[in-house]
Amino acid sequence: MEDCLLEVKNLRTYFFTDEGIVKAVDDVSFGLKKGESLGIVGESGSGKSVTALSIMRLIQDPPGKIVGGEIIFRGEDLLKKKEEEMREVRGNKISMIFQDPMTSLNPVFTIGDQIMEAIILHQKLDKVSARKKAIEMLELVRIPEASKRIDEYPHQFSGGMRQRVMIAIALSCSPEILIADEPTTALDVTIQAQIIELIKQLQKELGMSLILITHDMGIVAETCKNVLVMYAGKVVEFADVRTIFKKPSHPYTIGLLESVPRLDVRKERLKAIEGQPPDLVALPSYCYYAERCPYKTDRCLEEIPDLIEVEPGHYSRCFYAKGIGVKV
Amino acid sequence: MNNYTDDVILEVRNLKKYFPIKSGIVFSKHVGDVKAVDGLSFYIRRGETLGLVGESGCGKSTVARTIIRLLDPTDGEIIFDGVDISKLPHSALRRIRKDMQIIFQDPYSSLNPRMTISEIIGEPLQVHKIVSSSKEREKRVQELLELVGLAPYHATRYPHEFSGGQRQRIGIARALALNPKFIVADEPTSALDVSIRSQIINLLQDLQKEFKLTYLFISHDLAVIRHICDRIAVMYLGKIVELSENDDLYTSPLHPYTQALLSAIPIPDPELEEKRKKIVLTGDIPSPLNPPTGCRFHTRCPSVMDVCSKVEPELKEVKPNHFVACHLY
Repeated sequence: MEDCLLEVKNLRTYFFTDEGIVKAVDDVSFGLKKGESLGIVGESGSGKSVTALSIMRLIQDPPGKIVGGEIIFRGEDLLKKKEEEMREVRGNKISMIFQDPMTSLNPVFTIGDQIMEAIILHQKLDKVSARKKAIEMLELVRIPEASKRIDEYPHQFSGGMRQRVMIAIALSCSPEILIADEPTTALDVTIQAQIIELIKQLQKELGMSLILITHDMGIVAETCKNVLVMYAGKVVEFADVRTIFKKPSHPYTIGLLESVPRLDVRKERLKAIEGQPPDLVALPSYCYYAERCPYKTDRCLEEIPDLIEVEPGHYSRCFYAKGIGVKV
Repeated sequence: MNNYTDDVILEVRNLKKYFPIKSGIVFSKHVGDVKAVDGLSFYIRRGETLGLVGESGCGKSTVARTIIRLLDPTDGEIIFDGVDISKLPHSALRRIRKDMQIIFQDPYSSLNPRMTISEIIGEPLQVHKIVSSSKEREKRVQELLELVGLAPYHATRYPHEFSGGQRQRIGIARALALNPKFIVADEPTSALDVSIRSQIINLLQDLQKEFKLTYLFISHDLAVIRHICDRIAVMYLGKIVELSENDDLYTSPLHPYTQALLSAIPIPDPELEEKRKKIVLTGDIPSPLNPPTGCRFHTRCPSVMDVCSKVEPELKEVKPNHFVACHLY
């Protein structure tokens, strides 16, 4: 993983709750090159959002804490930075957009105020030029009549428009990395298509790197270059997008791909993944997926497998990754 | 669309549901209507699954609630098993409710947190006097739990002890308690994780086969609809814009809205995605408070013509069993 813009190494983020220690992110590593798009896929509780929040150092402490690992951005470890130094990075070098555009904007400030806040803070512009820049940003995210709508309040915008505003805020300081955490989950399908198209175009135009967090394999297929599949706080598979879809080698990835209904093929019956994800407070001492895995053997119920390299650039956390990969 | 006889379990004719908007504090004045459902006609055959698909605000959930009379229709007829139930008083409705049940979207808010699972599933049995003793009730509850893939010992627990998928199973058990003929499933899988979603879809299909159930399946997810439905109606702003057999709708969609909707859904296959041409609609869904004149889709339609803003297109059969409301055809 040389010449990476961002490198996450052995990241561990735990939450200390009354019920016990929740290992939300446990030994996660990956790299992101300049201009590249990485998809992080997983179900609720798999640790994908916590990974993103850890990169931004936005984990609420207590109960959460980053207990180990490194997050190397441009050669510096973000985890060693002081809070004031981190502010220089956050929103400026690395920006994030969230799932719910309804609650991420402040209802009592105008759209303009909220975009200008970031610009004034990070770029030290005066109000007049910040306003000009804010209008430019709204035009960039294709909001019609930007110079008029800049003085409106969030409630005057629809869900899709609010997500555009969030993207405008995130991009206002030309970040090198954009983290999008389920940016279209709360939106309707036709609006989702608009937003995904917009993110893809802007990424190309501005040459930034993208981390897209989603549970939708379809969105990953159309947007990302590399894919990281997470399960119960661990990376279970990592590869480029074509390999993930053509030659998945972890049983969970295989199960995910087989269990989703598709538009292009009508199956008689879905191959469901049986059972439920494990309780993060009481994780087993063997493979976390073993209970639900159709390929499991005795060994899977004894120890936790390591992430192994199946072929160059393709990693899987399964004892039988090489064998399974061929079978599918 | 009248080429049917008694194999139709439910027929809806010109169904309307308006929500009045009132203004004024002391004297409230009727100032307008949200036309959530505006003149819907369709039928469902016994044993089939009709899918109702559309985006938020198109009125699909209002249709679900109006059909089983959780909401009273403003106008139109709802003929269930030969009886028009649209104006029946509540006492008479109660008998019919045994045959029609609903599964809700949110498994977190649709179960009473203070009741045990046994009470939740057993309540309809008591209300409708299906069981005579508590022993009989418990037996039936255990049967239902097993049917939906839960264990008998779950009966004494409370909803908070279950995951989303398990709760949805409880909701399904409750709907099945009275041996209904017809079930309205209002986005039953939308709140669930991917791996759990397929379990619930499979369960619904198995139950349909076993008990010869008829479903009205409501969803915004065209991939789920494709998988589970026999026929599909596409809604936009309170109207059906297209209605056809499953395969026909996906292989040759006629209405520009259906075409855009289908092309907006990403397919989990990167190579296919690269070759696909996308129709990305501009603009947002207009407010149902003040829908556009003529065809309601004309403000976003890529193939809009002059006539579209003036004349409202009617739903007509352009191919056998394929209905579309568009001036192009």
